[in-house]
Amino acid sequence: MIAEAGLAALWLAAGLAAFQFLLMGLALRSQVDVARPMRAVAMVQGMLTLVAFVMLLLVFARSDMSVALVYANSSSAKPFIYKVAGAWGNHEGSMLMWVTILAVAGAFVALFSRRTSERTLVAGLGSQALLALGFYAFLLVASNPFARLFPAPPDGQGLNPLLQDPGLAFHPPTLYFGYVGLSVAFSFAVGALLTGEVDSRLARAMRPWVLGAWILLTLGITAGSYWAYYELGWGGYWFWDPVENASLMPWLAATALLHSINVLAARGALKAWTMMLAVIAFSMSMVGTFLVRSGILTSVHAFAIDPERGTFLLALLAIYVGAAFTLFAVRAATLKEGAPFELISRESGLVINNLLLSVILGIVFLGTLYPLFVEALSGEKLSVGAPYFNAVAGPLALILAALVGIGPLLSWRRERRPVFRQLTIPALLGVSALAITIILSPDIGILPRLGFTVAAFLAAAGILPLVGRNPLRAPLATWGMAIAHFGISVALAGMAANAAFTSERLAIAKPGDTLKVGPWLVQLQDVTPTAGKNWTAIEAELRASRGEGPVALKPQTRYFSEPPTETNEAAIQTFWNGQLYTVIGKADPSGGWQLRLWWKPFVTLIWAGGALIALGGALALIGRLWRFRRRHEAAREWRKERYA
Amino acid sequence: MSRGLRLIPIILLVWLVIGLAWRLIKPTDPAIPSQMVELPVPAFALPPAVPTKPGLRSADLADGKPRVVNIFASWCVPCVGEAPVLNELKRRGARIDAIAVRDTPDAVAAFLSRHGDPYERVGADTNSQVQIALGSSGVPETFLIDGHGVIRHQYIGPLSSANIPGVLEQLEQAQ
Repeated sequence: MIAEAGLAALWLAAGLAAFQFLLMGLALRSQVDVARPMRAVAMVQGMLTLVAFVMLLLVFARSDMSVALVYANSSSAKPFIYKVAGAWGNHEGSMLMWVTILAVAGAFVALFSRRTSERTLVAGLGSQALLALGFYAFLLVASNPFARLFPAPPDGQGLNPLLQDPGLAFHPPTLYFGYVGLSVAFSFAVGALLTGEVDSRLARAMRPWVLGAWILLTLGITAGSYWAYYELGWGGYWFWDPVENASLMPWLAATALLHSINVLAARGALKAWTMMLAVIAFSMSMVGTFLVRSGILTSVHAFAIDPERGTFLLALLAIYVGAAFTLFAVRAATLKEGAPFELISRESGLVINNLLLSVILGIVFLGTLYPLFVEALSGEKLSVGAPYFNAVAGPLALILAALVGIGPLLSWRRERRPVFRQLTIPALLGVSALAITIILSPDIGILPRLGFTVAAFLAAAGILPLVGRNPLRAPLATWGMAIAHFGISVALAGMAANAAFTSERLAIAKPGDTLKVGPWLVQLQDVTPTAGKNWTAIEAELRASRGEGPVALKPQTRYFSEPPTETNEAAIQTFWNGQLYTVIGKADPSGGWQLRLWWKPFVTLIWAGGALIALGGALALIGRLWRFRRRHEAAREWRKERYA
Repeated sequence: MSRGLRLIPIILLVWLVIGLAWRLIKPTDPAIPSQMVELPVPAFALPPAVPTKPGLRSADLADGKPRVVNIFASWCVPCVGEAPVLNELKRRGARIDAIAVRDTPDAVAAFLSRHGDPYERVGADTNSQVQIALGSSGVPETFLIDGHGVIRHQYIGPLSSANIPGVLEQLEQAQ
């Protein structure tokens, strides 16, 4: 019964979404005020979808094998948390989660948004409903998550063991919240293009959503990168895999949007560009979802290939993005540009930021889809990997990171003060870092060396907006910006250290053998079998030392029976100055074992930086919402006094 | 903003959708053609893997007659299944050399006496360097090399008896 209730809720929600879209048409054709019913319908639609998703969680939690999806992706022997997480560890469930977030976001807009005009809000909610409608149709026609099996099988087929990890419980939902949070920016942009009200009020209404989505994308990408690092056992934090790029592209677009929206909010400028970015950011989310869900690109995240689903998603993408671009082409000319600005001003700084981010986005987009287009045109097969992306996007990212230190110091409209003088100390730090790396390690590559230089410069320049003022008086948004920009320098330092100083050792070792990696001596003491709830494993006992007390590491190769799969469980030991990363591979005919050891100095800074960037975003979001609330309350007080 | 500029996103989108739709209709073929085919064998000189047979040098592969080079190992289970196919090829006139990967003389000798020995020469590639240089990523793999030392075909995985006519025909063509 639970599954049927979920399906019914989904059908009802689809009906309401269609109704919402019709309401928008009515409101735009005539002057009928539909704001109140529109808000109500959007909220009910969001609730119904949430009900459907909770029903799916329930059938997974109860291991109801009569539901086809549970049978295919769960087994009763699995730990409880992975049973629940299994609900979104598959195609249908994750698409339901996608549309749930979309509809609930629409409900929240309906509930809270008071900043734009009612007409723009109605148009935005109508656009959000149309987005949701397409995905309801997709679920109901091509990917029903509640389909039954008769007779019910006794037990399920299990979940991919790589996904049986706490990371799974949080990584995909975080990314999805980010992807889909951008839908609100898209809908607002479409709504504003329809009504022609592209102004700073719109920017202020969009900003918290863009910021929120961006924070979650940042967290999702950071967590996903760490997950790949420790779970795949390859010792890398970023592989330029198509699915990774699919999450990076919306992030790049959202980062650009986050900055340009501030220009629109503060100065009323960059109207057309900001609307374009809002459309592109969510389009990139849809492209990402399509690439992941259709399985057309070869990837470590290889999901099933299903032409019918792929065609459906591609059609949705073409319709939505095509409609938004067409609307843009028709309406962009009617937008009046806002206040002018001079060459050296915060506006130009943000324009340069946007240009660089857009070019990097273009590079990643091209590299991700290039193999496909080459094969389409010439039949030749090739793959585009890290050498292309690092060589092309790397230098641009470095330039961007260096400019991040300068932009926030400029004032709006025109800069007359000698701001560059403030940069003396950061510049000296950068130059010293460059000199130190040249003296201490003359052999490292040019990109890591410049990475250290820019990181040192940015670490100091990033916090300059807080210097020279009472830090407690500075707005939270300024704190957030400074912390996020500082986070970039931290992550950059981590990447440079990883690229420049990682030592790797791959060897066959017998128990008793000692291997050297970086400053460490690692001894293989023993290899023993061990077992967990739904796996058996070979476990190596390693003892690592570098002068002081030895450390024990126990990497494993795990064998899961349902479905039969083998995974590497790396053993990682974190120190203040780096990580020791160990993997045990297969047995060698000579009686030894393959061991892979890495010493990665300061690699943890990469994820610490990512977390700092997200933290900065969170502070800015809290600051903005708090300020808005206070102003809202002040206005209410004022009205009360006035009319009392 | 001019009209042309504003239409660019739509045009790009149309191209993107056409490209993606093409890929959906024509799913990618997972077999990747070898990059080594039509290239000369890289220079190498391997010591004998068993005392009774000569080792293998790249110069041996350019003696005017097409040959088969089989990459195998005594510890490789699929290689056992492949052995009868190679023996049959030898019986039908193919000239076969081999590279034993990460192996010991005793183990190779035991393997050959147990599963048959179709090889004229067996080189010992103890650290896989030659295997990697040839563009081979596992065992067993089989290369067909023409009389001038140029790689003409690469078979990844064990040969089966269904491959025998094809291999003989390709050797014929490589004359």
